[in-house]
Amino acid sequence: MSARLSAAFGKGRPALVTFVTAGDGPTGAILDALVEGGADVIELGMPFTDPMADGPAIQAANLRSLAAGTRTADILAIATAFRARHPEVPLVLMGYANPMLRRGPDWFAAAAAAAGVDGVICVDIPPEEDEALGPMLRAQGIDPIRLATPTTDAARLPRVLEGASGFLYYVSVAGITGLQQAAQGSIDAAVARLKAQTRLPVAVGFGVRTPEQAAAIGACADGVVVGSAIVELVAAHGADAPAAVRAYVHSLSEAVASSRKVSR
Amino acid sequence: MNAPNTYRAQPDERGHFGQFGGRYVAETLMPLILELEREYRAAKADPAFAAQFDDLMNHYVGRPSPLYHAERLSEAVREGAGTGPNGERLGAQIWFKRDELNHTGAHKINNCIGQILLAIRMGKTRIIAETGAGQHGVATAAVCARFGLPCVIYMGAKDVERQQPNVFRMKLLGAEVRPVTSGAATLSDAMNEGLRDWVANVHDTFYIIGTAAGPHPYPELVRDFQSIIGREARAQMLERTGRLPDLLCAAIGGGSNAIGLFHPFLDDESVGMLGVEAAGHGLEGSEHAASLAGGFPGVLHGNKTYLLQDEDGQIAEGHSISAGLDYPGIGPEHAWLRDIGRVEYTSATDQDALDAFQLLCRTEGIIPALEPAHAIAAVTKRARTMRDDQIILANLCGRGDKDIFTVANALGVAI
Repeated sequence: MSARLSAAFGKGRPALVTFVTAGDGPTGAILDALVEGGADVIELGMPFTDPMADGPAIQAANLRSLAAGTRTADILAIATAFRARHPEVPLVLMGYANPMLRRGPDWFAAAAAAAGVDGVICVDIPPEEDEALGPMLRAQGIDPIRLATPTTDAARLPRVLEGASGFLYYVSVAGITGLQQAAQGSIDAAVARLKAQTRLPVAVGFGVRTPEQAAAIGACADGVVVGSAIVELVAAHGADAPAAVRAYVHSLSEAVASSRKVSR
Repeated sequence: MNAPNTYRAQPDERGHFGQFGGRYVAETLMPLILELEREYRAAKADPAFAAQFDDLMNHYVGRPSPLYHAERLSEAVREGAGTGPNGERLGAQIWFKRDELNHTGAHKINNCIGQILLAIRMGKTRIIAETGAGQHGVATAAVCARFGLPCVIYMGAKDVERQQPNVFRMKLLGAEVRPVTSGAATLSDAMNEGLRDWVANVHDTFYIIGTAAGPHPYPELVRDFQSIIGREARAQMLERTGRLPDLLCAAIGGGSNAIGLFHPFLDDESVGMLGVEAAGHGLEGSEHAASLAGGFPGVLHGNKTYLLQDEDGQIAEGHSISAGLDYPGIGPEHAWLRDIGRVEYTSATDQDALDAFQLLCRTEGIIPALEPAHAIAAVTKRARTMRDDQIILANLCGRGDKDIFTVANALGVAI
């Protein structure tokens, strides 16, 4: 596992994982605000014309970013500059297969590594298609981060875990990003089920909005992922988004930090 | 590349047609896709499933569809064709597989019957689908009414506006039509929205995909259900003429009518095949929907195939006068058949299709849909280069009732 990711999940408390779409608003300043607000891991979304696993908030962010002219080279430049400013904060690229594979998986893996990226979440490359990108990422020392969902049953879980690294992202809702939240009881049970099968940290996301929800998830999971709520702040505040994002993320990180002491 | 022993053994067990196809879906859908594959294997081996499918094809859809020798069209094409280098008369015989006579007016219903029988086998109680021109939506709505299942159709808001008669047909048949406003508000966006619905309703919902694309096993099962076109045509042609055709021809959006015609003939070495993409306003610009001619391999909607896209992998919008061909991708089996050279692919522009549309109306008394009008345009061109004892068999995959407003508009006629 990337040293930065293992450090982020080894702080003795749950990690706060935050998502923002690259090229939507002043991304460099927003990333700084995430770190200043207390985020432990940064997910940088790669915009795509056809974000079929995303709800309205992140769909709109993708389209705003592309309409503003965001190119793959811009996303890599944002990552490179972030790495220079924040040498210790883990950075994960999240997106869809086509923009990652367009110039070839070797090219993408090398470019991401050169930009200081620690992990990659590709929404539409399941374990069955791992060879399309996984081996190239591993060869560059980048963690391919896998997703588990409420439909990933016990028989299938080993398939998901084989070749997973960095952390395991538990998608707590069978659905798209940003809409519903799962019942806390079902999250507790799912996290317990996953942790019985893997030593990877388990981060839980989809539909997490309030500090209270984040704290409740932090009580059982190794990490809490917040995305759509941040993206909505960016949409609402535009150029002034960094201050609003910093304050919101601070409220989340306080809640997560006090949720429990994790012993790992 | 060495020719394989058979062209009909694809895909492999992982759903790959060479480098194309596959299962590029979010983890939430993966278990469902695997279950669908298991259930499809079981259905394929179950004689009761085949019997039920055949019975509905017979008595509900109206199959077998006729095989028709278009003699006046053939004669019209022959007139300007002249003679070949050895004095032989040029102008091939043109025959049509009349799938436009099916219930609901196109080949789409073949696949919908197969998939709804699978949905029922799997115990699913709710059906969703995407549609572009509305033909797949109408066919899906019809089978849902027939089997009493609730039906939601996703349709780009722009297409809802362009295709009001089909929207009304779907509603008459009891479907709920949900206009999709995201992205360019056309077929590709409707498919995204269908996938979003599915991912949120995996427990009770079956997604009837309308073309031979999407994650494995969809390209395979849609092809298998549509292959009734080619199986019938092959037997009918042998019975009527005692021989196989020299060339098959079909229009391609996602490519389900084409693969349905081609697949049963793939191992007949003497039979050439021509797929026709939509060249819109011309291949030199960006206003077309020819993913093989103008695209590059990539991943979209669950499969790897040729896609219209920019150098960063962002998907481009397709354009065609035919809303049914207006899709930035193509089924993965076509991508494979093109790369290995078994099938030839060409394109026809909006204008070519309009001309062919009118030619068929006047010579044969048949109003074709704009989709097969693209194939007819290519057929008339190709027939002039072939001998008059040669046979071209084209799939007349849909009727033109839905397109008369579009055509009137293109011809500057107010109705």
